[in-house]
This record gives sequence, C-alpha cells and structure tokens, in this order.
Amino acid sequence: MDRFDVLIVGAGHAGVAAATRLRQNGFKGSIALAGDEMHAPYERPPLSKDYLAGKIQAHDLDMRPQDYWAGQAIVLLKGLRVSDVDPEARIVICEDNTQLGYGELVWAAGGAPRSLTCDGHDLPQVHAIRNRADVDALREQLQTARDVVVIGGGFIGLEAAAVLSGLGKSVTVLEAADRVLARVAAAPVSDYFADLHRRHGVTVQTNASVDCIKAKPNGRATVCVSGRSDLTADIVIVGIGILPNVAPLTAAGAAGSNGVDVDRECRTSLPGVYAVGDCAAQHNAFAGGERVRIESIQNANDQGAALASAISFIPVPAPTVPWFWSNQYDVRLQTIGLNRGWDDAVVRGDPEADSFSAVYLKAGRVVAIDCVNAAKDFVQGKRLVAEGAAVGHGSLSDPSIPLKTFWAS
Amino acid sequence: MTRLHVTRRDGEQIEIEAKNDQSLMQALRAGGVHEILAMCGGCCSCATCHVYVDDGSTKPLPPRSKDETDLLDSSDWFTDASRLSCQIRVSEALDGLRVVVAPED
Repeated sequence: MDRFDVLIVGAGHAGVAAATRLRQNGFKGSIALAGDEMHAPYERPPLSKDYLAGKIQAHDLDMRPQDYWAGQAIVLLKGLRVSDVDPEARIVICEDNTQLGYGELVWAAGGAPRSLTCDGHDLPQVHAIRNRADVDALREQLQTARDVVVIGGGFIGLEAAAVLSGLGKSVTVLEAADRVLARVAAAPVSDYFADLHRRHGVTVQTNASVDCIKAKPNGRATVCVSGRSDLTADIVIVGIGILPNVAPLTAAGAAGSNGVDVDRECRTSLPGVYAVGDCAAQHNAFAGGERVRIESIQNANDQGAALASAISFIPVPAPTVPWFWSNQYDVRLQTIGLNRGWDDAVVRGDPEADSFSAVYLKAGRVVAIDCVNAAKDFVQGKRLVAEGAAVGHGSLSDPSIPLKTFWAS
Repeated sequence: MTRLHVTRRDGEQIEIEAKNDQSLMQALRAGGVHEILAMCGGCCSCATCHVYVDDGSTKPLPPRSKDETDLLDSSDWFTDASRLSCQIRVSEALDGLRVVVAPED
C-alpha cells in the first residue's frame, strides 16, 4: 500500500491550491493529488464558457504544464474515487479497492451536480456541466442539435445559454423561482440578465417547474413544464446546483450537515483530516460569522492556502473578501462579498447602458457588490466590503463618484 | 523559446525559458513564479497576475484593453509599466523581456 504524508482527494482548484501552496511553504514530505478523472488538473471555469463554445481546446485548460507536477514532487493519482475513509488507521479505500495510507488527509472532492428527480432525468439527452467529460459529451451532441432547454437560471445555466445561443441554437431557460439568479442577486441584476438573454434571442421562463422529460421516437426529448406548453429539445442542460461529495467523510463520523464542517485551519472534526473548497463549510466573517459553504475559485484558493499554512506550521492568512465572476455574451459580472442578509440594494450606473453595479447594504454597511461591466467598482469596491464601510445611500447611487471615495482609510 | 528576465516578489532574479504561444502568466507559473495567482485562469477578471514589464523598451506589447486598464489602475501598485500578464502572448519578439512581479494588493 502506498502511503503519502499528505494525501489530497480531489484534483480540482482547491486540491491543487493545497498541493502547490504546501510546496511553496517548503513542505518536504510526500504529496499525492488523487482525482477521479483521467486528466491532469485543469481549469473548470472555462467549461461552461470558452470550452463549451469550442473556442479553446482541452490542452488549453491545463492548470500547469504536464511536467510541472513531477518537478514539484506532487504525485498525480488518476481515476481514483474514494469510497471509505478510516481515520484511525489513516487509510482511504477506493472503489477499485486501491488502498492508500496518509499522514494528513485533505478532502477536496468538491460536489456532484444535483440531478432532477422527475421521470426522464436520466435520459441521454440530459446533461450536466461539471467536468470535462460532461462538456465533451455535450459538445458531441451539439453538432446536430437545434433546440436546447436549460433547466436552472443560475450562473452555470445562464453561461451555457449564452454560449449555445451564440452557436446559433434555439435556447429556452426554465427557472423555478420568479427570477433568474434569484438566490445570488438582487432583482435589478436578475432583470438585467434576463433581459440580456432575451435580447440575444433566448426564451426565459420563470416560475417554471419541470414535471418530466420524455424521450421521443426521433431521438429528441419533450420537456413537460407544469401548467404550460411542452417544449421539444435535442439537448437538455440541468444546472440546479451541486451536492457536496462528503459521504465517505460523514460515514467516518465527520461533523457537518451541508458539506463537512471545518475550522479556520480547515480541520474537520476527524483527527488528521482537513477539507477545502466546495465541500467545506466554514464560519465566514463576510457572512456575519455564519457557517457557509462557498463554491468559488477564490474560496478554493484561500482555503487551500489556509490549510497549507496549518500543515506547514505557519500563521494562517487573514480571510480575504469573497469574489466570483461570470461571463455571458460580452458581459462580465464580478461579485464581491456574500450578498446574504442584506436589507437594501443600491444601483449605480445604468443597466440600459450595460454597465452598472448593485451595492448590497446591511444596516447601512456594504456587504456585497455585483459589478456588471464595471471593473473599477470591482477593484475599488473590494475594500468597501472588506471594511464593511457605512455609506450614504444617495451618493452611492451616483456612478460619477468613485467607490474609493468611500474608503475609510 | 523566449528568454524572460524575471524579478520575483521577494526580489529574487531568475531567467525563464518560456515556450511561445502561451500567455506570459502561464509562462511565469510554469517557470515557478508561484506568487502569480492568476485566480481567474487568465480571462482578465481578477487582477491577480499583475506584473511590470520594462517600459522604454521596443518590445511589441499589445495595448491594454479597457478592462485591463480598469482592473489595473485602481491597484495601489499601478504604474505605467503595469500589465496583467494573462493578456500578453509570449513570442520570439519578446525575447529578453524584463518582468517584475508587482506587490500584492
């Protein structure tokens, strides 16, 4: 049985951040990065953007050159899916019965796309967008497809809709809530993006819940929408969130109800076991101290760095402001902070001019900002969110007053 | 291959033999300049690949886009030589380019 001083399960952004930061910290022990795919680590954000569009190829996704990993003495283990963790014996067991020993285990296994539960959720026309295989399969079917139904008006669904309408497909987005991006943005931002998609010929239906999907004899599918007309689709894309991959950890006794709970240094409740990235729930100063699970590259990077510091016995860096981005058509959304619990949202700039920001306030303090084609607000706004600045409503809505005017220091 | 003279954030000076037809950001990371975070993977969304390239030289660098300028000019460390390294393609024409990693914002 192979044994590694640090075994990282999951070769996505969080796992890679953990491995590379450990080496940057001078960690001399053995490191293995075990992924369930057969690829070396690759960038995931382009999967729903340029890679889906066919603008870039698989090798463009590589996070590092192929010879990088050996050079850093990071062992890449491919095609391994861990099914059991034994924290007493410090071993993991994989589905193919491979056993691996570890000194410290880093769980960076991310999440699996949430599937529909209705009839037809497993038809071959139904796709998710989470890894390369998903998008490769989708791209193959796209060649002959004309009609696409996207279920879920979140970031993944909307990015896919933008790409596919750009490829000339007829696209319908179905969102169960009363507006797109309902969980993550204020109404003016949702309205802007719904309108943006409509301007590009995409049909956006809100309050739309899917009853079932049926296969048609001609290879197409029928999407039955509750109380509305059926839709015919060659391809159905489901983007309704992820379920954290933590079953082996919780089976081993790790605490957590939404993902696995970790402390500031990303330790789980199991000795010698850490968790980072999409599957880790951590108290977050930018969520008013609440325990949250954040699905973003920034969070994956920061948690990887925090954990590497903990293992290297150096101080854990202070938490940084959460941020995230999404590209749809030629529009770039950049968000700062976590827009939960806000009680007021102020719009700066003009959505009609395709450049504006929404500033989210909680008790008069800035907690988050959505910047649409407003990179200046993104850069300057980071500090406002970091400071939790108290800002007057009136002057905030004037885009000619730069956000840095409101910096405390 | 294209030679890059790189000053890392801690002041260490190194030389990198960079493959052409990749971004300067990718070349720096491949060359072990780990302080280049490039969190967004090179799509001009995050400003974590900020470098200075030698001004006053005759290297044919593409002009900054508006997005790149907006991301950079709010940095505390912005100078005329500031660039996002993800927005520059490595080619023979850049042989001998001097690159300095900017301080962290």
